[in-house]
Amino acid sequence: MNASVKNIKTYDETIHRNGRIWMIAAIIITQGVPLAISLYYNVWPPFGKLMAGLLPTMMVFWPIAIIEVITYTPMLGSGGSYLGFVTGNLSNLKVPAAISAMQQAGVEPSTKEGEVISTLAIGASSLVTNVVLVTGVLLMSYLLPILESPALKPAFANLLPALFGALGVVFISRNWKISIAPLALMIGLFVAIPTLPVGILIPAGALVSIGVARIMYKRKML
Amino acid sequence: MEDIRNSPFMFTLGAFIALFVTVQSLVFMVNAWKEGQRLGLSAATMKKTLVGSSVFSVVPSIAILLAVLTLAGALGLPLPWIRLSVVGAITYELPAAETAAQAFGTSIKNSITDPTVFSAIAWAMSLGSVFAMILIAVFAKRIQSGIHKAQLKDTTWAGLLISAMFMGLISAFLGSSLVGGFVSILTLLSSAAVMALFGLLIKKAGLTKLENFAMPVSMISGMTVAALYSLAGKGGSL
Repeated sequence: MNASVKNIKTYDETIHRNGRIWMIAAIIITQGVPLAISLYYNVWPPFGKLMAGLLPTMMVFWPIAIIEVITYTPMLGSGGSYLGFVTGNLSNLKVPAAISAMQQAGVEPSTKEGEVISTLAIGASSLVTNVVLVTGVLLMSYLLPILESPALKPAFANLLPALFGALGVVFISRNWKISIAPLALMIGLFVAIPTLPVGILIPAGALVSIGVARIMYKRKML
Repeated sequence: MEDIRNSPFMFTLGAFIALFVTVQSLVFMVNAWKEGQRLGLSAATMKKTLVGSSVFSVVPSIAILLAVLTLAGALGLPLPWIRLSVVGAITYELPAAETAAQAFGTSIKNSITDPTVFSAIAWAMSLGSVFAMILIAVFAKRIQSGIHKAQLKDTTWAGLLISAMFMGLISAFLGSSLVGGFVSILTLLSSAAVMALFGLLIKKAGLTKLENFAMPVSMISGMTVAALYSLAGKGGSL
C-alpha cells in the first residue's frame, strides 16, 4: 500500500513537472510559428495595428479560456489537461472523447484511474486527428489550383456569413433571450453606421450582451 | 514573389508542429500506460480505451479537416493546418483572422497575399489563443490538488457568460455580414437553414452521429450557395 501511495505521488509530481515543461515548449513553438514567418520573410506587422486586430477577439476568448481551464481541468485530469490544451479542439473532440472513454472503462474523472484513461484517450484522439490532418493536407495540396479557381472565389468570400449563420442558429436556439440585445444593437448600428469594422462591433456586442444577460439573470429572467 | 501562404517553408513549419504534437502525445500515453499498469488497470482495458478513442475521433477529425479547407482559400493550407493542430478551433481562428485582417484594411474574403497582413494574421491567431496554455502551465497543479476550491461558484452564470460572450461575437459578425449585400445574406440564411435542419435531425430524430458534421456541412452548404448564385448571376448555366 505504502509503495503504491509513493508511486502515485511520484506520478503526480512527474506529470506536473513534465506537463509544465511540455506546455512551455508548446507555448514557445506555437508563438514561434508567427515569429518564424516574420524572421524568414522579414515582415513585421506594425504593433499598433496588430493590437487593434488582436484585442477585440482577446477580449472575448481570454475570459472563455479561464472558464474552460477551470471547467475542463478536473474532467480531463492532469496529463489529459497538459496534452488536451496543447492539441486543442477541446469541446468538439477531446472532452467528449475522454468522458466517453472513462465511462466505458468504468472509471470516474478526478480519480487516479480516470487520470490514466483520460490521458490515453486524449493521446489517441490527438494522434488520429494528426493522421487525418496530415493525410488530408497532403491530398488537398494537389487540389490547391481547384481551391483557387475563380468559380470558388464567391464561396470563400462568404466564409464568415457561412460560419456565423450556422453558429447563430446554435447559440440563439440554446438561449434566445440572451441573443436579443446584441442582435438589436447590431441592426441599429448597421442602420446608423454601416461600415463599422468588427474590431469595434465585437467589444460593443460582447459588453451589451454580457451586461443585459447579467441583468436578466439577476432578475431571474434566464 | 512566391506565395507565402503555400510556400515550402510554411509546409515545413506545419510538419514540425505535427511532429511535436505526435511526440508529446506518445510520451504522455507511454507514461499513462505505465502508471495504469502500476494501478492495476488491465492491458485489455487500456487497449480498449486506445482503440475506442481512436475510432471515436475519426469523424470529428474529418470535420476539423473540413474547417482547414474552408480557411485555405484565404490563408493557404499550412497556416490553418498548423492552427487547427494546436490549441485551435474554427470558432476562434476565423474571427481572429478576420479581425486582424480588417485592422490592416482587408478581409479574409480575399486571398491574403500581402506578407505583412499574412504575418499579422498568424500573430493574432497565435497570441490570441496562448492564454489557456499559460493558465494550464501555472494553475493546473493547483486546480488538481484542490479541485473543489477551484470550482466555479456559480456554474449557471458561468455557462450564461460564455453564451453571452459568444452571442456578442456572433452578432458582431452577423451585423458585418449585412454589409456584404445580398449574396452574404443568402449565404448566411442558407447556412443557418442547414444548421437548423441538422438541429432537428439530431434532437427530434435522435441522429446524434450527425453532430460532428453539422457545422462544416452547414458552412460548406452556405458557401456552395454563394458560388452557385454568383455563377448563375454571371450567366453561367448550372
